[in-house]
Amino acid sequence: MTQHSRAKSDVFTPSGKLQFGIFFQGVNSGTIWKAAESGSQTDFESFRRIVQTAERGLFAAFFLGEGLRLREHLGRPHALDVVGRPDAQTMLAALASVTKNIGLVATQNTTYNDPADLAHRLASLDLISGGRAAWNIVTTDNAWTGANFRRGGYLDHADRYRHAEAFVETAKRIWDSWETPSGPARRVLHEGQHYTVDVTPRLPRSAQYRPVLFQAGDSPEGRDFAARQADVIFSAHPKFDAAVEFRKDLVARSLAAGRGANAVQIMPASEFILAPTADEAAAKKEWVRSLQIGPQQAVAYLEQFWGRELSEYDPDGPLPEIDPVVEETSETRGSGFHGAKARQLADQWRAEAKDKGLSIRQFVTSKTARIDATFTGSYTAVADELAEFARVGSVDGFNISPWLIPTGLDDIVNHLVPELQERGVYPTEYAGSTLRGNLGLDTPVRSADEAAETVRA
Amino acid sequence: MSTPKHRTAKAGRAGFLAIELDGAGWDGTGVGGDTGFASLAGAVLAAESAGFHVATFADAPVPGRANALQRAAYAGPLTRTIALVPEVDTVYTEPFHVSTQLASLDYVSGGRAGWIATAAESPEAAAAVGRGNVTGTALAQEAAASIEVSRRLWDSWEDGAVIRDVATGRYIDVDKLHYVDFDASAGSETPAGFSGPAYSVKGPSIIPRPLQGQLPVLAAASVVGAGQVAADAVDAVFVTAPTPELLAAEIRDVRDRVGASVAVIAELDVVLDSRGQVAAERAAGTESGRARYAGTAAGLADLLELLLAEADGVRLHPASLAAELDELSRLVLPDLRRRGVLRAPVQDGTFRDLLGLTRPASRYAHSSTAAAGN
Repeated sequence: MTQHSRAKSDVFTPSGKLQFGIFFQGVNSGTIWKAAESGSQTDFESFRRIVQTAERGLFAAFFLGEGLRLREHLGRPHALDVVGRPDAQTMLAALASVTKNIGLVATQNTTYNDPADLAHRLASLDLISGGRAAWNIVTTDNAWTGANFRRGGYLDHADRYRHAEAFVETAKRIWDSWETPSGPARRVLHEGQHYTVDVTPRLPRSAQYRPVLFQAGDSPEGRDFAARQADVIFSAHPKFDAAVEFRKDLVARSLAAGRGANAVQIMPASEFILAPTADEAAAKKEWVRSLQIGPQQAVAYLEQFWGRELSEYDPDGPLPEIDPVVEETSETRGSGFHGAKARQLADQWRAEAKDKGLSIRQFVTSKTARIDATFTGSYTAVADELAEFARVGSVDGFNISPWLIPTGLDDIVNHLVPELQERGVYPTEYAGSTLRGNLGLDTPVRSADEAAETVRA
Repeated sequence: MSTPKHRTAKAGRAGFLAIELDGAGWDGTGVGGDTGFASLAGAVLAAESAGFHVATFADAPVPGRANALQRAAYAGPLTRTIALVPEVDTVYTEPFHVSTQLASLDYVSGGRAGWIATAAESPEAAAAVGRGNVTGTALAQEAAASIEVSRRLWDSWEDGAVIRDVATGRYIDVDKLHYVDFDASAGSETPAGFSGPAYSVKGPSIIPRPLQGQLPVLAAASVVGAGQVAADAVDAVFVTAPTPELLAAEIRDVRDRVGASVAVIAELDVVLDSRGQVAAERAAGTESGRARYAGTAAGLADLLELLLAEADGVRLHPASLAAELDELSRLVLPDLRRRGVLRAPVQDGTFRDLLGLTRPASRYAHSSTAAAGN
């Protein structure tokens, strides 16, 4: 198998192909709920429609996020964006029965799940789906999220990746524990700082051996973690030059971790705004942005940093002249911006908005839209652009967040995919029925160390 | 505190039949399970087309058995009438995750989900998650706490909380979302003498209210009662007796104890003369602790008619899913339908409908105008 030699090589070789994933977000402002075409975020039919469209377009994977606590705004649940979503694995198990080839990826947190339980449920999903399950590994550490769980907030920020790595290694040992397809299982023991596991796993290996591992951290620690543990990194660098740099960096880290140069694939987060012509695509982008960040959302975005109500400010006017009421933004809102120096940030932003002549709404749009992650243009122009990524091998594909549910992939599947196929950079059929097979990943090989019965962390 | 129930009394209503799909496996390779069905899908569809009203999915730690809730979820989009009811542990699981998973099962099954809340003593399960072994009355108390958390979280989004109001820019009406503030260390939250871990759950849920409002919660009758799981916390109980002859009396005793608002489901092992083999031979050497019927299809129909006169439903545990389901489908269920003792299955009906339960309002619904700042 050519993939085999690629993965083991210490020289990176582009595959020449791209693959797509779809991330059904379920929360946040990227998903438009105000359009006539905006469908339900929870009805099974929305999920069935979009996953079947993705499968028609030969997408490799369908991602779901994990909700642990609702986002808040000024002490109450955030009301202005799409919110409310199902449990990822439960929904994916249901989607397994209406799909055949697409991978089913559950985002799951290492902090508020238990290793033996999570490994068992992922193995179940992998068996039920015939070898199509994957785990998108994420970590968190805030006590605010812990308020919904037995163990509460127990993890220091600094320990996050150490904890996650012990968790993932334990999960791998659980998946590796059946000596043959019919058993018996090897007992798995782990005694670490944060948890103890002593389990005789119930499930055999799946058709793809074990679930595929995705990882989304972008810090140096997160990248090293991915280089050691993951099959695919869900990166934040879709622009061409940044993607090339990211590939170089990840190849170096993979080699340092003792894995081949091609061992870890890269699929950046992305958004596509497409139309028959460039002009139509530009107009569509205006429309998309106006619905993603409405006037109320723009003001609310600033309120998160100012720590106070700003509803008297005109969204089409300049940024508020009053100062934030907090020194640091709260760590308990469940968004990614906690701990920012609020006053300093406000000064910076006012200067920046004034300099560029931006209103509140324009400014917030510029801060929140996936500026770097958006491909806008005609079907043919975007296909040409993507073909260049494939040629250079800066990415292995793109993980697409649709801005409409459930019709947000229609354009991509009906128009972009055929253009990419014509250029020879996109599959024309599924390589197989497992996710590992469709991604061209090697089957894991157990080392003697991994197979050892007891590991103390 | 639980949702008041308005259950139609048993009198005059035909009964329902449940079947345990334990061992159906996921792919029929026979790893610790029954080899008669090519797939989980095949087993569930066979049970539905036979006319069973409910499929249950055991989650005992048997090698080769996939997670029960996921097996039920897989069956959701494939079926239209049968209720899908997995066992989910309450002792070693996170109540917040359990609540979300069950609510999600309700969405993927179109409102046909239920929950068999279990709390079994298991040193193995405790060791797997690195907790002390929970025993005795503490088991039922864990179940009570977990059920209460789920019920509150299911109510934490009132109906109609997703408003999509373009004029005001609001996707949800935040006054219709509620913190549940469950605290197991507070005396008022749990049965007297609660000795489980002192955890708390803030809420609200991350998923809107389930389609049924509240999923029906089922439990063994033995864990329901004073100091355990309160009768008004469950919607149905499973009743076990050592022999078929003792079951009818046990059903009456349990009904007296749990009250008319709780449906009663009798547990019965079934081994039928099948494919030229006499039932008694096939059943030899196995013991489950449940009443067992071994014999002809006609004899089973007589027994079920008798039991359905007392119980709201009967759950059958077939010795071999493939063999018994075949006989049940061909002979027993048609016979019971002719006798008029079986409810007609309702396409797209909810599990609550089957149990005679109305769809309750959220417990927080009355407070949304009064406590807008909450």
